[in-house]
Amino acid sequence: MSSFFQRLRWPDYLIVAVLLTFAGYIYFSIGGSLNYVWRWHLIPNYIYSWHTTREEWFANLLLQGLAATIRISIYSSILALILGTILGIARCSANLTIRMLARTYLELLRNIPPVVVVFIFFFFLSQQLIDFLNLERWARGIARQDDIAVWEFFFGEMRRFPSLISGVIVLALFESAFVGEIVRAGIQSVPKGQREAAKSIGMSRFQELRYIVLPQAMKKVVPPMANQFITLIKDSSIISLISVQELTFKTVELVASSRLIFEAWITAAAFYFIICFSLSRVFARLEKGRKPK
Amino acid sequence: MNDQKPMIEVRNLDKFYGSFHALKGINLTVHQGEKMVVCGPSGSGKSTLIRCFNGLEFHNSGTLIVDGVEVHENAKEIRAIRQEVGMVFQQFNLFPHLTVLENLMIGPMKVRRLSRADADDTARKYLDRVHIPEQADKYPSQLSGGQQQRVAIARSLCMESRIMLFDEPTSALDPEMINEVLDVMVELVDTGMTMVVVTHEMGFARKVADTMVFMEMGEIVEISPPEQFFTNPSSERCRLFLNQILEH
Repeated sequence: MSSFFQRLRWPDYLIVAVLLTFAGYIYFSIGGSLNYVWRWHLIPNYIYSWHTTREEWFANLLLQGLAATIRISIYSSILALILGTILGIARCSANLTIRMLARTYLELLRNIPPVVVVFIFFFFLSQQLIDFLNLERWARGIARQDDIAVWEFFFGEMRRFPSLISGVIVLALFESAFVGEIVRAGIQSVPKGQREAAKSIGMSRFQELRYIVLPQAMKKVVPPMANQFITLIKDSSIISLISVQELTFKTVELVASSRLIFEAWITAAAFYFIICFSLSRVFARLEKGRKPK
Repeated sequence: MNDQKPMIEVRNLDKFYGSFHALKGINLTVHQGEKMVVCGPSGSGKSTLIRCFNGLEFHNSGTLIVDGVEVHENAKEIRAIRQEVGMVFQQFNLFPHLTVLENLMIGPMKVRRLSRADADDTARKYLDRVHIPEQADKYPSQLSGGQQQRVAIARSLCMESRIMLFDEPTSALDPEMINEVLDVMVELVDTGMTMVVVTHEMGFARKVADTMVFMEMGEIVEISPPEQFFTNPSSERCRLFLNQILEH
């Protein structure tokens, strides 16, 4: 760290000073001209607070939202990985119809704004699926049971389970298109000689893919896949539009009820930033540690 | 030799890449146990021809019968044929994500459905055969080119195929490693395996070949036993080619 400060010259200090002045000006002018009273001291309460009647600590709106965002991101990235791998394989298929279908799916998702895609998937697909599987009733049944700590740990509030599931599905379908492209690039990066060698020892197309091509392709796509996971966490804010109770949705709720407009949004931004930035650091370090083979 | 049963029969075979006529009316028979060496200038269709033999390329007209089965693009038997016909590539094409031993075991286990223990035995047996048993647990990238090519030969042998195809097996090797690969191939000759070898190694050819084939511009120009081929080839083009590569 000391070497970092030693490398700074006087123009650097000048730039930092100007930036700080500007930030301070914005901060105070919000207080002045907009007549806004900063109430930062209230924010910790909305993260974690003391329940006076039940006499216990509980996770309040913002932390609930953060937990939901993490859950949704993990589940939908697993689902997106599965769907995306299938899609990537389909894109490289020998069958023209399969290739065209995969291509169509991809081009549709790439050229429609995410918000529109989310609404379409929500109304046309996940809602039907939830009605069809009768998930609402099943979840309410679970919610009425006594010992549901495990369920709540994995899925949050059980009454909200159907909404969580549709959020996960929508997000996974949306991201699968991009995961699919990454997988396709990985498959195509495996040299032709590998496929020929697999064929020459009598492997079927499936065995060739399963034992020779995919293991090599997947190893190559780990870095872009990690980036896509971070993108997915950020994209998860979109599904607040279909009332999935994740961080962005909870922040909107908090702003509406407490009018802590700036504080709440800055806190939400900080949460997203901390998660995404630390993940990207972790991935960068893992990438460095991976021995090139 | 020719009283043996034919393993590969080629009749009037033609192959096109778009409008390029890669193989022109090829006629050829390889008998059981025969060692055939195919040579010729680059682009003459030697590789294309032997790649047809195990269905990595498909001919456009004519007939090709391998081990009694007719080969064509939609043949259901194509996998069965490939199991009977091993191939060694110029670029080795070992599987980089598997160890040497796993490279040898994956075919027997997944294709021949051998148990892990049996596949392990087979793999070690053939790794011994190519003289590198101590490299079993290394990855291909840790081996020299010559060692990699010997592993590739062992990988084909593990499938216990009846015919072995070699597509310029020493062309991608540094000169000092060529002999270790050729030695292994000479030893293989003694086992009675049917072999078709595309190579420019004329010393090897002279030593092991039963039949020499010279190809140019997608045609077979000369088929003859090595004594005649090297001393008194019937075609002028073949003589010129031999002069060029034997000068050094």
